[in-house]
Amino acid sequence: MSIRGKAYIAGIYEHPTRLALGKTLPQLHAELAKGALEDAGLTKDDVDAYYCAGDAPGMGGVDMVEYMGLNVRQIDSTETGGSSYVLHVNHAAQAIAAGHCKVALITLAGRPAADAKEKVAFRPGGDPPPAIGFESPYRPTIVNMYAMCAQRHMYEYGTTSEQLAWIKVAASHHAQHNEHALRREVVTVEDVVNSPIIASPLHRYDCCVITDGGGAVVVVAPEIMKNLKRPAVKVLGAGEAPKHLMGGKVDLTYSGARWSGPKAFEEAGVSHADIKYASIYDSFTITVLETIEDLGFCEKGEGGKFVSDGNLISGTGKLPFNTDGGGLCNNHPGNRGGMTKVLEAVRQVRGEAHPKVQVPNCDIALAHGTGGLLGARMGSATCILGNEDA
Amino acid sequence: MSETKPKVKAPKVNHETKAFWEATAEGKLMVGKCNECGEYHYYPRSLCPFCFSDKTELAQTAGKGKIYSFSVTSHPKSPYTIAYITLAEGPTILSNIVESDFDKLAIGQDVEVVFYDTGEGNAVPMFKTV
Ligand SMILES: [Zn+2]
Repeated sequence: MSIRGKAYIAGIYEHPTRLALGKTLPQLHAELAKGALEDAGLTKDDVDAYYCAGDAPGMGGVDMVEYMGLNVRQIDSTETGGSSYVLHVNHAAQAIAAGHCKVALITLAGRPAADAKEKVAFRPGGDPPPAIGFESPYRPTIVNMYAMCAQRHMYEYGTTSEQLAWIKVAASHHAQHNEHALRREVVTVEDVVNSPIIASPLHRYDCCVITDGGGAVVVVAPEIMKNLKRPAVKVLGAGEAPKHLMGGKVDLTYSGARWSGPKAFEEAGVSHADIKYASIYDSFTITVLETIEDLGFCEKGEGGKFVSDGNLISGTGKLPFNTDGGGLCNNHPGNRGGMTKVLEAVRQVRGEAHPKVQVPNCDIALAHGTGGLLGARMGSATCILGNEDA
Repeated sequence: MSETKPKVKAPKVNHETKAFWEATAEGKLMVGKCNECGEYHYYPRSLCPFCFSDKTELAQTAGKGKIYSFSVTSHPKSPYTIAYITLAEGPTILSNIVESDFDKLAIGQDVEVVFYDTGEGNAVPMFKTV
């Protein structure tokens, strides 16, 4: 069953905070839920399905449903790291298309910056992943596990640090217009390549920000959307795919977008030329570069050339991306950027992005999430959204 | 930039990985081998990730390979290098590069295994350039 046109995004909300001192994690989830429902013109009593991921406290969504006083008949806490919320849009649309629910609420919240300030210990839950004994002795970090992808991509395709830097430059051009963005200063290619190396070949400015807050999305059935006042944003298609180390047949030059992308395009019935705006997960610049290739916006290995010279900057480039400033400059709440990717894609289709970065006639947009480690195992999720005529 | 004495963190060992880690105490780097489809795999598993056969065993490698990719991780006191090494037997495995000139590392470079005692009855296999 296709989800095309069977579900709409009716409400969104992004928490304005970037440092949530004095707020608890469930509180942030609830504030986000309230914000997205108010945006949609719905109340919590309308919600009949709830979606969350590993950032939610307690046992999946059960504890959050209790905290928020929701009475739902569908619940899904699929955890694919930062890509979870793009995937949840897909699952919510599938559940709505199958008639299981009509108003699905998705929330993400986090407070890593406040946790660090308040010295709250990280509390890992459950059994460790099976690969842990073969990886943890080598001190993998988020950065060096992405850095190895960049190193290999440079080796195979001649990609340069300057080309990667263009991705951050484009994000910074957008972030200057976002009053909530953590980093609003416009940076140059030189600024990026002269920033300190964190894990070679990635510099500090190749890395996303660490912020608190989060976001929420309300996905609804067509008959609900009909009675709401907000611009309709239709779910056109979606795809998801995990990618891993394949028993030792390691290839770090591509992501799971290679599989989630084609599925989303096929279901949506659109081509790359139809995509007016793309939210591309930007934990690091290399994440964007590989994803753009894997989604098919250019040939494999041509990503460096594609992102250069401002090609991702709204108003000048061919593929305006992350017009909110992305994870690289604006917000990467709870170290999970998939939610904010959906939010800015919705703003673009609604025509409600900042006027300086709004893409004219943005009838079709794409949002892509990457969770986990590009250099090991990840969850990839793509969704394509459009206006009522798309 | 180089590092001669890495800090070695003992691995988490379970029923499935005990034999692999016991072999490291004897200076042996093992990989998984499937007697059904003949493929090597890593990390070693009870069920082959390629054909799902349970006829898997550990096979000793020659401990030689090439750098598939690497990253020198900045650290004020002791920078270290994480790397994927493609073993001569086929599988690409996560490790560290040690006892090498970090400024001269390159993808494709030959490396060989070197073991670092954890003090807990096993040793962590790492690699140095040759
Ligand atoms: Zn097999």
